[in-house]
Parts: sequence; structure tokens; C-alpha cells
Amino acid sequence: MTKALPANLEQIEVNLKKLTNQRTRSSLLGIAILILIFFGGTLVSLEANAGSFGRGIANFFNYPRDLFVDTFEMGWKYWPRVIKYIPELIITLNIALFSTSIGFILAIIFAIFSSRNLIRNKKVIQFTKFLMDVTRSFPTLIIAMVFLYLMGKSSLPAVIAITIHTAGALGKLFTEAIENCDGKPIEGLSSVGATWTQKIRFSVLPQVLPLFLSYGILRLEINVRESTILGFVGAGGIGEMLAALIQWNYGADVLACMFLLVGTIIALDYLSAYWRHKLIGANQ
Amino acid sequence: MSSSLAIQRENIRKLFPDTFKQARKSRLRGQIIFFLVLVYLIVGFFTLDVVDIPKKWKPQNAAMFVLDTYAHKDHVTMKWENHEDIKIAFEGNYRSVYGRDNLDKSIPDWFYKNSDNVGNVVEFNNKGKAILYKDKVEIVNFPKYERDFTIKLNSNGKPYLVGSEDLVIEDLKGFRITENRVEFRPTLYERIQVYPKKVEIHRYSIGWKYFWFDFSSPLEPYTFFEALGLTFSKERVVPEMSNLKLFLTEIKDNEAFMHGRVWWAMLETIVMAVLGTMFATVMALPLSFLAAYNVTPIKALRFTLRRLFDTLRGIDFLIWSLIFLRAFGPGPFTGIFAIGFTDTGTLGKLYSEAIENTEKKQQEGVQSTGASKFLQHRFGIIPQILPIFVSQSLYYLESNTRGAVIIGAMGAGGIGLQFLGALATGNDFENVAYMAILVLAVVIFMDRLSAWLRRILIGSDQLIVR
Repeated sequence: MTKALPANLEQIEVNLKKLTNQRTRSSLLGIAILILIFFGGTLVSLEANAGSFGRGIANFFNYPRDLFVDTFEMGWKYWPRVIKYIPELIITLNIALFSTSIGFILAIIFAIFSSRNLIRNKKVIQFTKFLMDVTRSFPTLIIAMVFLYLMGKSSLPAVIAITIHTAGALGKLFTEAIENCDGKPIEGLSSVGATWTQKIRFSVLPQVLPLFLSYGILRLEINVRESTILGFVGAGGIGEMLAALIQWNYGADVLACMFLLVGTIIALDYLSAYWRHKLIGANQ
Repeated sequence: MSSSLAIQRENIRKLFPDTFKQARKSRLRGQIIFFLVLVYLIVGFFTLDVVDIPKKWKPQNAAMFVLDTYAHKDHVTMKWENHEDIKIAFEGNYRSVYGRDNLDKSIPDWFYKNSDNVGNVVEFNNKGKAILYKDKVEIVNFPKYERDFTIKLNSNGKPYLVGSEDLVIEDLKGFRITENRVEFRPTLYERIQVYPKKVEIHRYSIGWKYFWFDFSSPLEPYTFFEALGLTFSKERVVPEMSNLKLFLTEIKDNEAFMHGRVWWAMLETIVMAVLGTMFATVMALPLSFLAAYNVTPIKALRFTLRRLFDTLRGIDFLIWSLIFLRAFGPGPFTGIFAIGFTDTGTLGKLYSEAIENTEKKQQEGVQSTGASKFLQHRFGIIPQILPIFVSQSLYYLESNTRGAVIIGAMGAGGIGLQFLGALATGNDFENVAYMAILVLAVVIFMDRLSAWLRRILIGSDQLIVR
């Protein structure tokens, strides 16, 4: 017995050393891989980039400076210009809000059909999950470009693209929320003979609705950015205006649009944080 | 029974009047919100012209687009003035003509001399035939058509359908006849057009032909696996280079699908996403420590950094990429920095919140051993937040891949720009489909990769928030 203890301790020591070595080794390996990726990526970028890196850095402030100089020269006449672009901003916001709402509804349907605690049929779950994966993974831009090509210029392609993407992205989060909700209320309702729809309405929905809304608000914020970008490739709104202004080189107006955009996004950022805090009491 | 239930219900109502009032109030609020949302949806329906979808939607265009994404076509052209000179070209491209001597490309087997030894037959996949003669085109053997048709030129040199006045409308479906053209298109896969000057036939087949090796490639006669097998053989297909090298260059320089260029563009996009995320992580790491109240006692510094994060995030990556596009020109650096700057804001905010939410006890434990401030943070905070950091960064990797495609389309290059280019040509829709599938595959791969890395690094593939 007295001899066993030191032997044991030795064993522990050896194990500890082995473990530490292993950890160091895998850390070093990870760092090496990261460095390799970094250098490889830099080589690719240097090869593919049109201008050189050094000149790019040197030119970084040129464009913003030009914009500000242009704006400064206008003086007080500037503010009416900012106001002039507000209708365009509203179009962008409208696209985002509308497609988020429709996507939200579609996502709920997706989520119900892909939650293991609501649907017993494995095939249905797999199919819905696959559908969500695909709709979520396509960049909105690709869907929007195809529809722009097929339907001609309007805001509709942006609406369709954002709706599709939102349905997939929210659907995944909603599924997790439903699968993680408490099973006892469902059991309780089953025990009094509630139908499937009643179970969803009275046990699942009250549990997950705050979470759903919180995710939806977060998505709305993202979608405002998305709809601006889609406008940039031709789907209307402030993005399209911005693209045109940049092409015409109207520095002051470009800056006006940028100010409007940044202001909106920051305001939305704070608003959504506030709302979500109110809804679920946490800043997730 | 029911009356006693009603009495009981009344009693409960009397016992808890406040609860019932509250329930009614909250139900009313829900109904009002629901009503407002409904009103908004209706307004949005009209302001965004959703009602116009049926008007704007051109089924013909969409059908052609979809058809071209999964099928290819061969053009057969005959000029009336010289009916023996028949040109068969893949997708109507003048560089992919069958039967040209210099290419040593045999005539496909669906084109042959008719049994009367006069006409030339184009046989479609549905066994229908178009027979080209010196002075007429015969359309025979089409399934679902009871009779055959003949198209001739009249004395004015205009095409007409022989005996069309005897035909019932049922027989004429699939025909479109105008003054200068008679078109027969029974399904999307067969199309025969007769003009005053020429006859043009489009014969569609399903699949991406010449996906691996293009029309003029010496490896074209072989399938992919046959060609792969050839790389192990000593006999050279062309004398100039080894089979393996030929195999690789032929795939890379494929003119139809441009594998070399597409894959390089895809690599550019991935590099933008990965290096952008790395850049953001490296920038956000120290800044987030300085922005957390349990590490930095200086309030002014914390406030400044917080606003810096907000600004970086608020200037959306659209605007960042516009600025960087001017500075760096088209290329991955634009994407890297646009993603990096935006995400420095996002990750900085998330990281600093994570640091502020760490347990204080561990730090106190380290402090009790007399460790310096630096060591306290190293051993008291970092072990707690490292999984969160890794999880967040990997989570953003996937969405940044999608972002990189978008930045590319706005001018930074990469697969986004290639995609726009293919779409703009208006007829390379198989390339559009190919790139869309490629992007989809890469995004899903990145998603799985980041989930897998999260699982092996921190034992959970869910996004850890706190």
C-alpha cells in the first residue's frame, strides 16, 4: 500500500506530461495551419489583385477625403440633399420589412415540419431540413440576379430573394427553439386530448413566440443591409441610387446616401437590441 | 352537468377578476398587433407590386432559362441555295462545328442520309424526324401527331405549310406560322424553323455535354474516367505532353465551362472570407479586452471603443467595399478588408460582452496566488472565453463566405463577378447553374466545416453566446 502511492503519483505525473505535450502539439499544429492559410491566402490575393497592396493602403483615404471635400464645399445647401434621398431609403426599408414578414411566416411553417418533437415522420423532417439548408445557403444576390434577369428591373426580385433566404435562415433557428422547448406542456395538453394543432397553439407557440420575435427582429436588421446591397445590383431603393451616384461621381450625394444608411443601420441596431432585451430579457 | 359547469366557471371568474381582465387585455393587444401586421402586409403587397408578379413573369423566358440550365442543343442549318452544305454546330457556335476536317470530328449518328438517298435526316430524341430536301422539309414520325407535314417555299420565296387549309386546329398545335417563318415546336426539346433563306433545327438533349473536355479537346472522345485511366498509360494521346498534364490542362482550359477560371475565382472568394474573418478576429481580440469594464478601468477608453465598434458595424460592408474598391481596385484585398472591418465591429462587440460575462471567481483565484494583472487575465479570463471566441469567429466564417460572393459581384472579383458575367451573356445558363451549384456547395461545405471545427475544438456545434 505504501509503495503503491508513489507509483500512482508517478503515473499521474507521466499522464499529465503526456497530456500537456499533446495539447502543446495540437496548439502548435493549429497555429501552423493558420499561418499557412494566412500566407497562402495572401499569395492568392497578391496574384489576383489588380492594384498593388502598398498603393492601396496609400490610397485608402483618398476617396473618403474627396467625398468630404465635395460635401464641405456645398455648405448649408447640403441638407436638402440628404432629405431628398429619404423616399429611396423608405423603399429599401419597405422591401426589408415586407420580405422579413413573409419569410417569418414561411419559417414558422418550415420549423413546425422539421421539429422532432412535433413531427414523427423522419422523411418529412429530413426533406424540410434539406429545403432549409438549400434556401439558406444561396447568397441572396444569386437568387435576386436570376429573377432580375427573368422579370426585368423592379423591387420584386429583391423581395423574392430575401424572403427565400429569410425563410431558410429563420427556419433553422426556429427549429432549434422548438426542439429545445419544454415538453411538459405538450404532455399536459395530450393528456386532456388536445389535437395536434391545439397542442402547437397552446403549448409550443406561447413558449417560443418571444424567441421567434427576437430572431425576427435580428433578421430584419440584417435584411435592411441585404436589401441595400440588392438595390446596388439593380433592385431599386437607396442602393440603386447610390450605385448611380457613384457612377456619376456626385461626391456630396454619395456621402448623403451613406449617412442615411449608416444612421438607419445604427438606429436599427440600437432599436433591435432594445426590443430583444424587452422580449427575452437577454441580449443574445 | 353543463349548467353546473357554467356556474363553476362563473364562480372562478368572480374569484379572480383581475386575472381574467388581464388575460382579455393581453389577448386584445395580440389581436391589434395581428391586425396591424395584416394591414402592413396588404399595403406592402401593393407598394411593392407583388400583384404584378403574373404580369412580369414571362413563362417562356423562364422555361428557356430552366431548359438551358440542364440541357444542351445542337444546331443544324441548311441554306436553301446550297442544300448539300449542311452545318451542324454545338450550341450554334461557329467554333464547334461537326464534320470540319481540321477538327477530325465525326458527324453525330442522329444525322444521316434518308433511305431514298436524297434527303438528309435529323432524328430527334423522341424518334421524330426532320428530312431536309432540296425544295422542302418533311416532318415525319412525331409521336402524338397522326400525320406528317411538309413545308415548302412558295413562288415568292416565302415558307408555307403544305395543305394547311385542310388541317384542323388540333393538328396545328406546335406550329407558329408568320409571313417569313414557319416554326414547329411540339415540345421544348425539338424546334424546326423554316425561313426564306434557310432552315434551322435545334435538337435538345439532356445533360451538360463537354463538361470535362470541350469540343475541340483531343480528350473529348473519352469519358472522364476513361481519360483518367489514360493518364496511367505510357502511350501519349498528343505527342507534346504527358497524358496527365494533358488531362489537367484540358480540364482547366475547358472553353465551355471554364473550370480553371471558375475555380480560381472560387478560391479568391474563399480567401476573402477566410482572411477577412482572420483579420477581424485578430483585430477584435485586443480591442475587446480594452472595451470590457472588468479589464479596463478607464471609462473614456471603453466608451470610445464601444462607439468605434458601433461605427465599424454601422458602416455596412457595402460602404466599406466601395471605399476599398477605390483604394485597392478589384481583387481579394477589397473583400478581405471590407469583411474584416465590418466584422471587427461585430466580433469586438460580442467578444467584449463575453469578457464582461465571465465568472469573477476564477480571476480572483488567480489573483490570490499573487499573480500580476496580465497573468490574471491570461489564466482567469482567457480560458473562459476562448470557446466563445472560436465559436463566434467560425460562425461568422460561413456568413462571410456568402458576403464574399456578394462583394465579388459588386466589383471585387471572384465567383460573384463570374456569375454576373455568365448571366449577362444571356445564353450560358448551364454555366450560371454550374456556378450557382458550386457556390451552394462551398457555402454548405463552409457551414459543415465550421460546425465540425466547433465540435472538435469546444465539444459543441451550437453557437455559444454566453
